[in-house]
Amino acid sequence: MRTPGWEHFPHDADIGILGYGATPAEAFEQAALAMTAVVTDPRLVEPNETITIECSAPDLETLLVDWLNRLVLEMATRKMVFSRFEAVIHNSHLTATAHGEPIEVARHEPAAEIKGATFTALSVAHDRQGRWRAQCVLDV
Amino acid sequence: MDIDRLEKIDAYAWQAPCHGPMRVPAIIYATEDLVEDMDDKVLEQITNVASLPGIMGAAYAMPDAHWGYGFPIGGVAAFDADEGGVVSAGGVGFDISCGVRTHLTNLDRAQIIACQDQLADALYSTVPVGIGSKGRITLDDAEMTAMLTGGARWAVEQGYGCAEDLERIEEEGLISGSDPEAVSHDARRRQRREMGTLGSGNHYLEVQEIAEIFDPEIASGYGLKLGECVVTIHCGSRGLGHQIGTEFLREMVLAADGFGIALPDRELASAPIRSEVGQRYFGAMRSGVNCALANRQIIGHLTRHVFARFFADAPLPLLFDVSHNTCKVEPHVVDGRTRQLYVHRKGATRAFGPMHPSLPDALKPFGQPVLIGGSMGTQSFVLAGIETSEERALSSACHGAGRKMSRHQARRTWMGRQVIDDLRARGIIIKSPSQRGIAEEAPGAYKDVSAIVEVAENAGLAKRVARLVPLVCIKG
Repeated sequence: MRTPGWEHFPHDADIGILGYGATPAEAFEQAALAMTAVVTDPRLVEPNETITIECSAPDLETLLVDWLNRLVLEMATRKMVFSRFEAVIHNSHLTATAHGEPIEVARHEPAAEIKGATFTALSVAHDRQGRWRAQCVLDV
Repeated sequence: MDIDRLEKIDAYAWQAPCHGPMRVPAIIYATEDLVEDMDDKVLEQITNVASLPGIMGAAYAMPDAHWGYGFPIGGVAAFDADEGGVVSAGGVGFDISCGVRTHLTNLDRAQIIACQDQLADALYSTVPVGIGSKGRITLDDAEMTAMLTGGARWAVEQGYGCAEDLERIEEEGLISGSDPEAVSHDARRRQRREMGTLGSGNHYLEVQEIAEIFDPEIASGYGLKLGECVVTIHCGSRGLGHQIGTEFLREMVLAADGFGIALPDRELASAPIRSEVGQRYFGAMRSGVNCALANRQIIGHLTRHVFARFFADAPLPLLFDVSHNTCKVEPHVVDGRTRQLYVHRKGATRAFGPMHPSLPDALKPFGQPVLIGGSMGTQSFVLAGIETSEERALSSACHGAGRKMSRHQARRTWMGRQVIDDLRARGIIIKSPSQRGIAEEAPGAYKDVSAIVEVAENAGLAKRVARLVPLVCIKG
């Protein structure tokens, strides 16, 4: 199973997201897609507008939390959702572009508002198949 | 949770005695059944909390406790700064000062039912709710600073509600010691157009009927009459609070090693109360509290406006406004002497007993109202703070039912449309922009709140006063 992908996993009052891919950056892109899927079906989101994000952290796991929280901030302040991401990670420094569109309540039917990405169940690591998995719990 | 891991204190209190790194015991207030039902993480988390520096008394779990960040939701823990006590951003949470307020209407059920649909529509179109919704108020920097300092008092000065409301809000509507400078530019940006919005998830505005009275004397003191209706609003500090929580959780996680705090769990992100980051967090967190108090005051005002369109004389006096994700400085007696303690209540409600000096005169004989939200379409409760709560859990009680099923699973079990139709068939109107969100909030996804509050009463935390059932529910 080499193709990148994402999943949700249950966590009590909130929701866990997991992205996997060949590289940490790919796993981060998929985790962001998993996060979008908490709000709405990513297939409904047209990648028309582009924003750039840059962040640094002491380690990959904190970087995942930072990446997701930057997206949460952009989603909240721009009232947008994003469905396509290109990320480059070098030495726990991330630069990325995210593509999406303004939220349309009737069309996107947003299900939940993400308060933030947390350190709960936080992990960025290789799995046994050699894929990178990036996961954490989102507070919704 | 395996009950054999705990020692029985009495039928409603169970203890994990000090062992390993624990500095104080962990006490869970619940029946044997509720304990068995609780996930193991609650014990693990409350045990971890009990090992933090400067903790006093015990680490407490309320009857509705469940897995949270570092602290269980339904967790209470108090720290003494003089003993190297810490403050934990995880012990307050991402929705700083999320809370509940209830307004009396003095209208009876028949009067509400006569215009139930139109009232529901009017509330839904007046109170911004759900993702993508915009508040009616945009704050510039100076106004934002004034709001973060002034809380509900600021809101009243702006014309939202009246001065009489303030004594019915914790801290009389504004918590002192807020530091707007400690609130980041990003947090302000996130809040700019969010004042007076309800949010989503488990937030709501409900019109409820008083369906049962448990304590006639206290009910009368609170102004609750069988068959009359109230309006209850549940929401918090919105984007500002979430951003403050996000930023300080990260900062504290990364700084913990430097303080020599051995975090058994990274999510217990803490800093010494007297540290620079600890003090800065208090400044920001209190700004978040004021934001939540202002927010609920504005929504209360919008609600009064809607009711005024339907009823000639419905001033909707405020019964009380409680918060359940805070860290407050309070005097408590521990080991025979009074200490100023920093009390974290994470998904737990303050429950001061009768004659507490902070209560307004009209409520002093009866104790502080403790407003317990139920899940959508079920029931809610009004409780009263009682004297025994101080000795049991530093005057604390539960805050709601807690989920028994994840959002993930709830979405797979129910269709939003079906939930709405089922509730409508029972006379309850649900208005929401999101059917997926409704599925996640389905009544069956939550524990039975009536069992929780009965245990809270038997455990000596707060006593039941009235049971409320929903007629109209606005959800994000």
